[in-house]
Amino acid sequence: MTSFHERSPLRSTRAVLLALVVTAAVGLTACSHAMMLAGAGARRPAASEFGLGPRTSAQGRYIATLAPERPLRPRQMQTVRVTVTDDRGQAIDGATLTIDGGMPQHGHGLPTRPRVTRTLGDGAYDIDGVRFNMGGWWEFRVAIAGSAGADIVTFNLEL
Amino acid sequence: MCFHRLLITVTATLVSAIVATASSGLQGWSVADVAMLQSLSLRDLEPLPPDPGNRVADDARAAALGERLFFDTRLSANGRVACGTCHLADRDFQDGLPLGQGVGTTAKRTMPIAGMARAPFLFWDGRKDSQWAQALGPLESAVEHGGTRAQYARVVMEHYRAEYEAVFGALPDLAAVPAAAGPSGDTASVTAWNGLSVSQRRDVTRVFTNIGKAIAAYERRLDVGPSRFDGFVDALLTRRPTAGLLTSDEVAGLKLFIGKGHCTECHNGPLFTNYEFHNTGVPARTGLPVDGGRLAGAAAALQDEFSCRSEWSDAAGRCPELDYVITGDRAQQRAYKVPSLRNVAERPPYMHAGQLATLADVLDHYNRAPAAPLGHSELHPLRLETGELRQLERFLGTLTGPVRVSGAVGIRTPR
Repeated sequence: MTSFHERSPLRSTRAVLLALVVTAAVGLTACSHAMMLAGAGARRPAASEFGLGPRTSAQGRYIATLAPERPLRPRQMQTVRVTVTDDRGQAIDGATLTIDGGMPQHGHGLPTRPRVTRTLGDGAYDIDGVRFNMGGWWEFRVAIAGSAGADIVTFNLEL
Repeated sequence: MCFHRLLITVTATLVSAIVATASSGLQGWSVADVAMLQSLSLRDLEPLPPDPGNRVADDARAAALGERLFFDTRLSANGRVACGTCHLADRDFQDGLPLGQGVGTTAKRTMPIAGMARAPFLFWDGRKDSQWAQALGPLESAVEHGGTRAQYARVVMEHYRAEYEAVFGALPDLAAVPAAAGPSGDTASVTAWNGLSVSQRRDVTRVFTNIGKAIAAYERRLDVGPSRFDGFVDALLTRRPTAGLLTSDEVAGLKLFIGKGHCTECHNGPLFTNYEFHNTGVPARTGLPVDGGRLAGAAAALQDEFSCRSEWSDAAGRCPELDYVITGDRAQQRAYKVPSLRNVAERPPYMHAGQLATLADVLDHYNRAPAAPLGHSELHPLRLETGELRQLERFLGTLTGPVRVSGAVGIRTPR
């Protein structure tokens, strides 16, 4: 199954054809499986929707950018700096930020309760207590109550 | 919609099959698979995190003292129970019993120790936030060691004075302390404890906590060693032949483990655990009291006499695990710690009270995903075939490896 030897072109072609047949079978099964699990799962966003930002809030009031202290890794307690501006790029200070998140495809939330521990001015806030307990797609939501009203920014992160 | 999706899938597979064929160095594994395999192997094992709550955590003299204490049966009510009585050094530091047997019978399965210096919370319900605080729990448990902290402080005074003082400084004068006294022992012990002055209690508790810190310094040096699985991943990553390192069933089981078995949702990282707590609907064991699992454990960790925030910790109030811990969440009801899967095949029975006798029983449980006796199980039925479950079991057998002991300490047996 994990042959080390180089495959001949003929064998490679056969392998590709076999893969196609298997995929067709698996694909049909997956269709019914996907429908079965539709309630429990969630559709992964496009690759362009992932990243640390800048990211616009749901109603367009704010733009937020994340800057982790260290590259994000599973199972590590981490600090993440978030910088918040209004839709014209003016720093938002004095806002109340509430952190939430989870894995939409697995139906669980964050394993800790992160919160803002320092406000740094120029729209920057430090969030402490951030941890992700597995690799994969995580949502990291920052609810912002500030001078431009209440809104929420959802980041899609790939751990 | 399904045919549309099928077309995309077929195209993607065609592309990936060509890519896979071109990059034969991956030997049939995708780039994502290889990244996952590396993340599970000892190649990705992080160095031990510091233990700021235990200032002697990395002191070799403390570890040597802790090793002797770990195997000393004088630290018990009947002189026959040491830490090493249940945490057997030649059995991956566990005992193979459904419920640990100290001076009485406990309500939990004995857990292995190797690598657990990395776990933020200890015990099946995570009611302790450090290895040193964990070590103190069984010592004062009526069914484990069954003794009192005054008794243990006197053992140190009589048998370990020089070693103790070399690490922790002068022992307090314990001459007037009775042979049995503690806040949680039998009535006589509690009465004796209440008869002590505040400074006497503090002296005894100081020595008691230092026993825990020495034992933790020893336990910290017990780490996981390489398994056949690690050898396989090493070969794959260094582009050496993998043929013969794992059987075809073991490889198939590994693919299921990182794929449709959904095992890595909890069993991830080089220790095959996310260190979290989950309700997986494990049946209750008849005759044991109802316990809340992590729901109770998280609350207990915050209240613990020896927590990171306590005066006995050396962490100076820096306690991020407690600062951001989740409490009072219904999902924590009857959630238990995700154990490491290293050496899992060598240590039946399974689950927090040894409810499931064999690995096959465990895999059958996850495949069926029965409702939880209390709270809500996070499992969904896997619908794997019998042959696939057997392959998963075979794979789990590749995670067997030695306990790696670092530093000056060795492996002993209880004296």
